[in-house]
Amino acid sequence: MYSRKVIQKFEETLNNPQAHNVGRMDAQAKNVGTGMVGAPACGDVMRLQIEVNDKEVITDCKFKTYGCGSAIASSQQMIEMLIGKTLEEAKNIKDREIAEILELPSIKIHCSVLAEDSIKKAIADYESKKA
Amino acid sequence: MKSNLVYFDYASTTPVDQRVAEKMHECLLLDGNFGNPASRSHEFGWKADEAVEKARLHVANLVKADSREIVWTSGATESDNLAIKGAARFYKDRGNHIITSKIEHKAVLDPCRQLEREGFEITYLDPDENGVVSLENIKKHVKDTTILISIMHINNELGAVNDIEEIGKFTRENNIIFHVDAAQSTGKLPIDLSKLDVDLMSFSGHKTYGPKGIGALYVSRKPRVRLEALIHGGGHERGFRSGTLPTHQIVGMGEAFRIAADEMDKDNKKIAKLADLFWKEVSGIEEIYLNGSFKNKIPNITNISFAYIEGESLIMALKDVAVSSGSACTSASLEPSYVLRALGRADELAHSSIRFSFGRFTTEKEVKMVAETTKRVVHQLRELSPLWDMFKDGVDLEKVEWVTH
Repeated sequence: MYSRKVIQKFEETLNNPQAHNVGRMDAQAKNVGTGMVGAPACGDVMRLQIEVNDKEVITDCKFKTYGCGSAIASSQQMIEMLIGKTLEEAKNIKDREIAEILELPSIKIHCSVLAEDSIKKAIADYESKKA
Repeated sequence: MKSNLVYFDYASTTPVDQRVAEKMHECLLLDGNFGNPASRSHEFGWKADEAVEKARLHVANLVKADSREIVWTSGATESDNLAIKGAARFYKDRGNHIITSKIEHKAVLDPCRQLEREGFEITYLDPDENGVVSLENIKKHVKDTTILISIMHINNELGAVNDIEEIGKFTRENNIIFHVDAAQSTGKLPIDLSKLDVDLMSFSGHKTYGPKGIGALYVSRKPRVRLEALIHGGGHERGFRSGTLPTHQIVGMGEAFRIAADEMDKDNKKIAKLADLFWKEVSGIEEIYLNGSFKNKIPNITNISFAYIEGESLIMALKDVAVSSGSACTSASLEPSYVLRALGRADELAHSSIRFSFGRFTTEKEVKMVAETTKRVVHQLRELSPLWDMFKDGVDLEKVEWVTH
């Protein structure tokens, strides 16, 4: 039922997590924003962390995701899209783009929605520390 | 089929046994036994009828019934429908209350829902934490208007076994029709309908190395149980189920059940050994939960929740292994397994569940391979799981305020 892209992203992440930004950062650090969305009872939880430099550019990301294969692939796709973007650019990433790139079946669209939500939460967390 | 794929989903369906396939082949071609068993005017019909009756005997023998008590259907789903809707509608003047359990197969639950729309009152009983429906619970809910009780023999997700002997005694004493869905039982547990107080019992061909598309319903003659037919037509199967009998399917199911009677002990010994080996290999994994209980389940099914991992991702990671999951993500409805939820398992453990089911053709090599792969990918997926991090950090996940979507 999944596209080759979902399967490929899932397997890459599973087999080589370090190379695919799996991990965590110090959530207390000033230059780190953390966004965790979803709930165990719903079957998916995504935790995204972004590292931001003085120019408000995302220089690195780490994530961990509990969820189905497409949730893990969506997280991975989101990371690829985030690194190097400014916060303003990152805010404009839409769940639809992730869904289209991964060719998610309609029943799995919530996975990409979760990814977009985690970006928004991570940025909000970073900005709240700055304020 | 890719040869490196391992099939651990025997509770879903089984391959047809080679000996069954050969018997079926004999009933298809011009020079074979292709006739209509209902044709009374020529040899082709007589021969087909003879094969159908022989198969009926094989099915009856496995469950110690009289062959006149076996009605062919298209499968256990149809048998369940015929038993439940057929009995309820026939006996509706006696009362309108039916008791079943929350962990029945959909083939029982959905006909019950239909009967609710027709004005029947249905009680859906909770099983205990191991998936067993107790007689005490049934007694508590019986009313003067109870006409039918439908309880499965072996649960398809857990392998949990209900005490149908004890329930049957009670229903017989109280003049309540007792239906048992035994789709998962044949060839796994001995069934003796000459002793059991069961009125109606559903069987499936394809769960016992027979073909798909064929099943049977046992309809007791002593005491005589009557049903309102669902399918009307030529009056086949004594009016219980019209439609030309599919000789090749019937012969297939008959042969499969004949083999099951002969080889049940051998199959069971082997499968019990393999199930023990599998559990020995995987039970060292941290934070796993057996769904059901070893005390009261068949070894064919091992259902495990792997905490902090979502079941569908585990299935994807176990890519060369065919298993099924209670995860919402593997169902069209996005709801986690209603069976596990009925046991009182938290939703997250239902999402994390995998059913491994073994069968006649499972090998020790496969069991070892799947156990190894499971250990590896569970570790890998937990490395990816924020919940595993939190668990290891000592965070109480119950107390976290989750942002649901």
